[in-house]
Amino acid sequence: MAVHSPQIYLDHAATTPMVQPAIDALTAQILKTGNASSLHSTGRSVRKELEEARESIAKAASCAAIDVIFTGTGTEANNLAIKGLFWLAAKAGKKVIITSTFEHHAVMDPIKWLQDHEGATVIEIPVSKTGSLDLTTLQKVVDQHRAQIAFISIMHSNNEIGTLQPIEQVVKIAGDIPVHTDAVQSFGKVDFNFNALGLTAATISAHKVGGPLGVAALILKKGLNIEPVLHGGGQERDIRSGTFNAPGIIAFAAAASNAIAQMNARDTKIRALKSLLITKVLGAVPDAWVNGQSENSLPGVVNITFPGTDSEGLLLLLDMEGIACSTGSACSAGVHRPSHVLMAIGLSEDETTSSLRFSLGDSNTEAEIDKLALVIASVVEKSRSAANKKVFK
Amino acid sequence: MSAKLKVIAAMSGGVDSAVAAARAVEAGHDVIGVHLALSSNPQKYRSGARGCCTVEDSHDARRAADVIGIPFYIWDMAEEFHAGVVENFLSEYQAGRTPNPCLRCNEKIKFEAVLVRAKALGFDAVVTGHYAITKEVDGVKTLNRAVDPGKDQSYVLAVLTQEQINGAIFPLGDTVKDDVRIEAQRRGLFVANKPDSHDICFVPSGDNAGWLRERLGSEVGPIVDQSGKELGQHNGAYTYTIGQRRGLNLTVPTPKGEPRYVLSIEPKTNTVVVGTHEALAVNKIVGQPPIWCGPTPEINKVYKGFAQVRAHGEPLPTQYRFDGIHLIADLDQPVFGLATGQALVIYDNDRVVGSATISETF
Repeated sequence: MAVHSPQIYLDHAATTPMVQPAIDALTAQILKTGNASSLHSTGRSVRKELEEARESIAKAASCAAIDVIFTGTGTEANNLAIKGLFWLAAKAGKKVIITSTFEHHAVMDPIKWLQDHEGATVIEIPVSKTGSLDLTTLQKVVDQHRAQIAFISIMHSNNEIGTLQPIEQVVKIAGDIPVHTDAVQSFGKVDFNFNALGLTAATISAHKVGGPLGVAALILKKGLNIEPVLHGGGQERDIRSGTFNAPGIIAFAAAASNAIAQMNARDTKIRALKSLLITKVLGAVPDAWVNGQSENSLPGVVNITFPGTDSEGLLLLLDMEGIACSTGSACSAGVHRPSHVLMAIGLSEDETTSSLRFSLGDSNTEAEIDKLALVIASVVEKSRSAANKKVFK
Repeated sequence: MSAKLKVIAAMSGGVDSAVAAARAVEAGHDVIGVHLALSSNPQKYRSGARGCCTVEDSHDARRAADVIGIPFYIWDMAEEFHAGVVENFLSEYQAGRTPNPCLRCNEKIKFEAVLVRAKALGFDAVVTGHYAITKEVDGVKTLNRAVDPGKDQSYVLAVLTQEQINGAIFPLGDTVKDDVRIEAQRRGLFVANKPDSHDICFVPSGDNAGWLRERLGSEVGPIVDQSGKELGQHNGAYTYTIGQRRGLNLTVPTPKGEPRYVLSIEPKTNTVVVGTHEALAVNKIVGQPPIWCGPTPEINKVYKGFAQVRAHGEPLPTQYRFDGIHLIADLDQPVFGLATGQALVIYDNDRVVGSATISETF
């Protein structure tokens, strides 16, 4: 069966097309010879551009250039922050980790690993039905365990429902406890100021802001000598080893600068599209609802539950209509999982598997939203009858 | 093939379903590949690539779909599979019967849960890599043996109702397995030389008795002869199969020194009854409930046909009749070592008449 091409791409939170400045930077850089760690002039010339890129990214994230540690992926940066901060604190006997109930797997799973293998005690702070961290509980937990807490890791915005988290208050409550935030979805889309927030560590990634895949960064306050996860040449402050991905890093900087320059205009445009999507989809499917409040949130992310459907069927039917969206996370074999994020905000397992995430980006248009609105009712109806007829459910 | 249909190709990750999907595309159908995830944790049931529910298999299915050029999705059928196949497998053994899980999987998953979902989503049929042939006779779609007697799977499909057969497409029935592998090679499907799956896909080790013992316990009980005399002990009656000769560990010989076989399993008393080979002879088989793959036979009319009682068993000449509740086969020659719980499948030459789960033997 011919897949409709080009698809209406409503999955920008998964990854978004590269922007022209990043493509230009990448293609120019990839033609150049030189290892940025080499001491000769060929190497130094690449290093110069790489350091300029580091400075642009630092500017975009409002941190010092030396705080930026380049990694291969956001997952790697999260692992580095979480394991590194834990091992550092554990030396002083601090083994309690505070996190939320709806982090990305790239935060949740390394924390779980520390619990299973390194004797960490994990306390998960609940979130409200609207998708915001419960600060009262956080305050209580921090007061109770302050001396034992290794670090706090709370995402800057949720990747499935888009809600922004009160990181400023988290840092206030934390006091001198290190705070890490996974800002992969926020960076370049909403205000993110590492220094002003008073963070210890933050994760950002290139491909979510129009940069290439395979490059990300951990922003880590200078002077914090955490244990590396990868051992080797020690290229990044002896905290991360591996040959510099100079073309990727330079393209990342181009994308980040572009994202910051365009942020306000994009915010206005994409928020308008999101509210159009919500109005039209809920108009077509009146018993559907939006998960998490949609105001204090990422401009382009909206998660909708279509009761009585199953998301596998919804995704297949929309895909056949030429519309790409997401059902949340899947395991390595590709099996859909009930979303822990939606469970955390109080949905039942059945409701979580009846939900879709639409995430909008620069390329989307009103006409595309109209097309979605045109087909969604019949897609939902078909999926409902498929789900209802499931034999053992 | 006739009109252009919208079909779901169930792709296990093996060579047969891959070639079946490719042939469906070539026949002009709109094909979407679907891999069924049958375990909520795909590594749980089996590691390695012999079964049909591993990460490797879903990867192989995806790559086959890429080569064929069709969309590909994973459908999570773990809950349905557990309820319809795994739990049934356990409860049948607990009741002293010997179930055939592949047959249940066809009945409850591939041509029930999947077909129903496919139809609701707007598809017309499900394509699988089973070796069987469907033919229209007088406007009725019938199920028939495949041309490759070594691969014929009409036995495990004999649980399909007329409606399910109408919604099934088996593109491989006219081809022998060796040619399917050659065709896979020609089509650039790298699963061409992947070994056939054997055993039971949800028993990771292949050790059926051990798997059952783990779940059902291993309560020691008596092994007795037909007069009730205790000859030894066993570790869990359900791990024995009717007709089994090995592994009984009996020290008391028969008067004539003949080997002993398992004759019956009595779960209520946790007893295994053994006896001589002649005592295994079965002349009459009663099964229920019957499933008719084609027209329902007239009640109490005696027909001539063939009975098959194992997946690759011999067709046994028989007379059969339907008494309104049971399917009854009177075999021309006795068959030895037949377990209740297995399927009795009746053939009219190569055509599958219907099937029933064996409830009694005489």
